[in-house]
Amino acid sequence: MTADRVIDVRDLHKRYGERKVVDGLTLAVTAGEICGFLGANGSGKTTTIRMLCGLVKPDGGGGTCLGFDIVRDAPQIRRQIGYMTQRFSFYEDLTVMENLDFVAAVYEIENRAEAVKAIIDRMGLADRANQLAGQLSGGWKQRLALAACVLHRPKLLLLDEPTAGVDAKARREFWDLIHDMAADGLTVLVSTHYMDEAERCARIVYLSDGKIVVQGTPDEVAKGSGLVTFAATGDGLDLAARTLRRLPGVESAAVFGSALHIAGMDRIALEAAAKSLDGALVWREVPPQLEDVFIHLLSHPVKGAL
Amino acid sequence: MNGFSFRRFLALLRKEWIQVRRDPFTLRMIIALPVMQLFLFGYAINTNPKHLPTGVLSVDHSTYERTLLMALKNTGYYDIRPLASEAEAERGLANGELLFVVEIPPNFDRSVDRGDQPPVLVDADATDPSAIGNAAAALAGLMTALDRDLPPSLRSTPGKVPFRFDLHARYNPEQLTVLNIVPGLICIVLIISTLFVTTLSITRETERGTMENLLAMPVRPIEVMLAKLVPYIVIGYAQVVMIMAIAVAVFGLPVRGSIPLLTVALGLFIASNLALGITFSTLARNQMQAIQMAQFTLLPSFLLSGFMFPFKGMPIWAQWAGELLPTTHALRIVRGMLLKGNGLAEIAPDLWPMAAFTLVVGVIATLCYRETLD
Repeated sequence: MTADRVIDVRDLHKRYGERKVVDGLTLAVTAGEICGFLGANGSGKTTTIRMLCGLVKPDGGGGTCLGFDIVRDAPQIRRQIGYMTQRFSFYEDLTVMENLDFVAAVYEIENRAEAVKAIIDRMGLADRANQLAGQLSGGWKQRLALAACVLHRPKLLLLDEPTAGVDAKARREFWDLIHDMAADGLTVLVSTHYMDEAERCARIVYLSDGKIVVQGTPDEVAKGSGLVTFAATGDGLDLAARTLRRLPGVESAAVFGSALHIAGMDRIALEAAAKSLDGALVWREVPPQLEDVFIHLLSHPVKGAL
Repeated sequence: MNGFSFRRFLALLRKEWIQVRRDPFTLRMIIALPVMQLFLFGYAINTNPKHLPTGVLSVDHSTYERTLLMALKNTGYYDIRPLASEAEAERGLANGELLFVVEIPPNFDRSVDRGDQPPVLVDADATDPSAIGNAAAALAGLMTALDRDLPPSLRSTPGKVPFRFDLHARYNPEQLTVLNIVPGLICIVLIISTLFVTTLSITRETERGTMENLLAMPVRPIEVMLAKLVPYIVIGYAQVVMIMAIAVAVFGLPVRGSIPLLTVALGLFIASNLALGITFSTLARNQMQAIQMAQFTLLPSFLLSGFMFPFKGMPIWAQWAGELLPTTHALRIVRGMLLKGNGLAEIAPDLWPMAAFTLVVGVIATLCYRETLD
């Protein structure tokens, strides 16, 4: 293992019955990095994260997490990671304070009361400390879960779709907290479906059918996709989008605010499609957006895997 | 680091206590159920078991005696077997092998011939009055049993019988059904508060997704399980105390055996339920399945253990099935200890089957327990 590799796993396999959920996945994450984990539902993100913290045993392959073997040393790994499950998994019949106190005690943290108070202050949970967790809204539940995950000062955070179903403001604040902690040296692996979140990651890894399809910085991924994108402004964008979507060479056509984006792999066909629309639309080429790339990957999983 | 940590265990235990306190429905059920059952079930059950094991003590083996025993047998209620000594009779009654002991007085034939109306002593185990009620009632019809052997002058006529039956309802002289119900109730209530509630409480963690979180934290499975079990062991004992206190105060339940021994025996019964509860919770995917599995145990425990129906009244196959259930043995132990004052020697035959059950099911539970989500 290289010293600064917090996650270093090779050729992980996991199958449930006939279905290969994770199929030869190799992943390295360096210390202090925020790594975004993307992919369609069922692409193997959750299973990979569970294998990293020893909750699921891989059928093949292996490696290390924080320098510990993911199969043999699961208990050691668990002390030093914070794992936030996809579903809220703290006790709804306990208050915020009681949940955090429980977690602190389970990790055998010294000066428990102080540690709990510190995290409550840091996460802005003070007003809700004595509320039952079950009565919190989605955003506050997720904040409680994050507080509970970082209470024992883990070296690695595994976050499984932490912001699903949370409003934009709460998501923004959540990511500010994550960046704040990464600045202190915490390594974060976070799965998400949101493009704005993917763009806040230092590196993104895109999974499809249990395999890594592309990885790199958001910029590299966007540029390396080979996707050509044109944007147009003008009137009647929605109607134009509907027409364009049916033409050959156009893989996606979508309206973002006042601009219509069309994307495809075949430049000539795409240009022809854009010109075929007689009208007042003014076209210009733009660098592909991450979102265009992912839509492309989602709709062409096999081609994307090349 | 991988060993048992008392601090972590305490943390889990504290969490369980808070959850128990915050669940008013379960708490109410735990308190209301035994009280309600005590008053409802107390009067309901009556059945007509036959072929009850009956020992005979006799010195003479006379003609009239043979006729009388044949008549007893012909009622269908009594299965007769000769006994060697009074000690054997006492032992048989105490450990439940015998429900009746018929003692034929010495010189029975001569006393009958002389018209002395000699008493035939019938000792009955009245811990379960419904089990012996009809058999005892049938004795009245046997007054004419000797008539064919007797000269006309001695035959039974209204107001004059050749001999008398002296029925002693042992252990429960007033034949109060409630005294029989209380020990059974203790067992059933313990099943509900230990087997049911632990199964549910573990399955709830799986169902709500909190188990995944627990497993990802540095807690050992043994710590999680013990913390789940301890509150319900405490609650279980509290229920036993409550039931017994009401039964003593309201129904005059005697407590003849040793309380510490009873506590230990009930502890073993609780352990058997908890082992089963953990096994169920490792198999059940949600609380609904857990309830169904627990029901599957509760029903035979009600019907085949001797709680609802007299054990000796069931067909042999049902008795065998009943012997497998910890409840059957716990019921005998509690009845025997409370009503008969049984000690360790008498309850030993019922202790080891429970211990064996706990051991076997405990091994299954350990094998089934998953530390991962696979």
